[in-house]
Amino acid sequence: MSSGDPVQPPQRVDRAGIAIAALLAATAAVLVWDARSLQSTSMYGMGPEAMPVVVACGLALLAIGNFIDALRGNLPARESAAPVPVVLILVGLALLIAIIGFGGGFILATSALFVTTSAAFGRRAILADSVIALVMSTLIYLAFDRLLTLSLPAGPLERLL
Amino acid sequence: MDTFAALAHGMAVAVQPMNLLYALIGVFLGTAVGVLPGIGPALTVALLLPVTYKLDPGGSLIMFAGIYYGGMYGGSTTAILINTPGESASMATALEGNKMAKAGRGGPALATSAIGSFVAGTIATIGLAFLAPWLVDFAVRFGPEDYFALMCVAFVTVSATFGDSPIRGLTSLFIGLTLGLVGIDKLTGQARLAFGVPELLDGVEVTTLAVGLFAVGEALYVASRRHHTEEKLEPVRGSLWMTREDWKRSWKPWLRGTLFGFPIGALPAGGAEIPTFLSYSTEKRLTKHPEEFGKGAIEGVAGPEAANNASAAGTLVPLLTLGLPTSATAAMMLAGFQQYGLNPGPLLFAERPDLVWGLIASLFIANCMLLVLNLPLVGLWVRLLAIPQPWLYAGILVFATMGTIAAKPSVVELSMLAGFGVLGFLMRRFDFPIAPVVVGLILGPIAESQLRRALAISLGDPMTLLQSPISATLLGIALIALLAPFVLKGMGRFKANED
Repeated sequence: MSSGDPVQPPQRVDRAGIAIAALLAATAAVLVWDARSLQSTSMYGMGPEAMPVVVACGLALLAIGNFIDALRGNLPARESAAPVPVVLILVGLALLIAIIGFGGGFILATSALFVTTSAAFGRRAILADSVIALVMSTLIYLAFDRLLTLSLPAGPLERLL
Repeated sequence: MDTFAALAHGMAVAVQPMNLLYALIGVFLGTAVGVLPGIGPALTVALLLPVTYKLDPGGSLIMFAGIYYGGMYGGSTTAILINTPGESASMATALEGNKMAKAGRGGPALATSAIGSFVAGTIATIGLAFLAPWLVDFAVRFGPEDYFALMCVAFVTVSATFGDSPIRGLTSLFIGLTLGLVGIDKLTGQARLAFGVPELLDGVEVTTLAVGLFAVGEALYVASRRHHTEEKLEPVRGSLWMTREDWKRSWKPWLRGTLFGFPIGALPAGGAEIPTFLSYSTEKRLTKHPEEFGKGAIEGVAGPEAANNASAAGTLVPLLTLGLPTSATAAMMLAGFQQYGLNPGPLLFAERPDLVWGLIASLFIANCMLLVLNLPLVGLWVRLLAIPQPWLYAGILVFATMGTIAAKPSVVELSMLAGFGVLGFLMRRFDFPIAPVVVGLILGPIAESQLRRALAISLGDPMTLLQSPISATLLGIALIALLAPFVLKGMGRFKANED
């Protein structure tokens, strides 16, 4: 793979690669912006702002490197990805966070995640999965909360146990 | 002589009934979780960290030793029976092992991998026991600048030298370093990258990052490409036992695999991929049955599996003596230590010899338990493999979030977990390695504080990094390791142009 070979067809610019490079550059900018608010209080050596700047420089260089890779189309080949399952799992995670956040408790939260993930992997038996999820997360709750005395967040269901 | 006394003392700690029980639970859980497809040893350790929260440090570390070796063993079972290596180190095993399983020789494949793991693990643990004190003697002379230089070597070798693309590896590392900056600066008490969110002041939790990247990321990735692959579980048919011929063909690869695995693992180079593939290609060259390679040659399972286990024990050398994790699994072990405020390194050998040597002795015990447990229980593990994929990944995600919920049941922490999951998904999709992120998060802050300490001692003179011979040498190695892949690639291009 030599880049100067004239016979080679022009390689496609990889848009995702450009986006990655842009994200890296943005992160570097955030680091520098954040480091400006730090005060260097140490008399000798480096203060707290030095390391973020060093990391930011590294990120900036890597952004350039990734950008060049993307322009040359040097990224490894990707297989097509189905967006629906990914979104389903993310919805499940969002549900879990919301239920925990509003005090719905461990059992309901993890059951919601279980059912959506299972659906993301192609199961269509939502009702059966809900029952399985509730039983399983209740058992996990009992095992970890009572036996191992880890404190898991309690909601209406947990208070019934 | 010292080593023997210390090891005997460690044995005395490890064979206490409670500790034996912890080791047994660890081995059992480690194998059970490790055998699940898509779960490698690092994730096994990360998922099972919360289980050990309430134990005392000694018991918990002993359970860890069991989880570590159990996870390794479980991973190879998956590789052989359904050809989904949970990690790249099992790839060589899957190559021949799955072919053997397809040919109805799954039993001997599992047996040679179990016994090979035992042989390699035992030899490598002996190596660890003898190498560690020697390295500790050397490491006590390390100043902060030397530690900083050592971290630089680890950064480079973990991310750049052995990956496909140094740029992508370094990108992963710098993502980890960035995450490591989050939180209160330990020396001045100022908040960095916290953006006014109180939960961020404590920094990014290693377990949250690891579980997010490995478990959530993997689930998202597998879900997104479910339509591509159909996994097929090979039933274990025929005899479980190895024939005389199998033994004859296995014992030399075991020993050669150990010889590849332990030294490479013990160097702060990281990764079991190199020794496993070295072992695979060596066995392929030396075998008397070259026609079987690619169709299920037992040497191709015995060697790489031994190399994998030996290098796993090898990575414990830099971890225990220098506090330097060189693989994702070792990074998770370090997180386990840090959970109790313990910092592996020369000091830990001096201050808590019971803990360190108890752990090393437990590795021997865990290894023996695995050998005794796993061959008879293989039927049980196979049944675990048959869990339908939807329930399997749903269960993995429930367990993954449970760890975070138990440690910190906050919306911010859980959102971070989900965010790291998305990051892990994107990194898998665009082929960025994951381990450097975890290593960067753990080692970044340590490297920074060592560098700042060194510069404070030298009154701000950066030349201190080059005046110490140890540090200068290590920085030189790091520089060479950083530039080598670029130079080699350039030479490759040069050659291509010449043709």
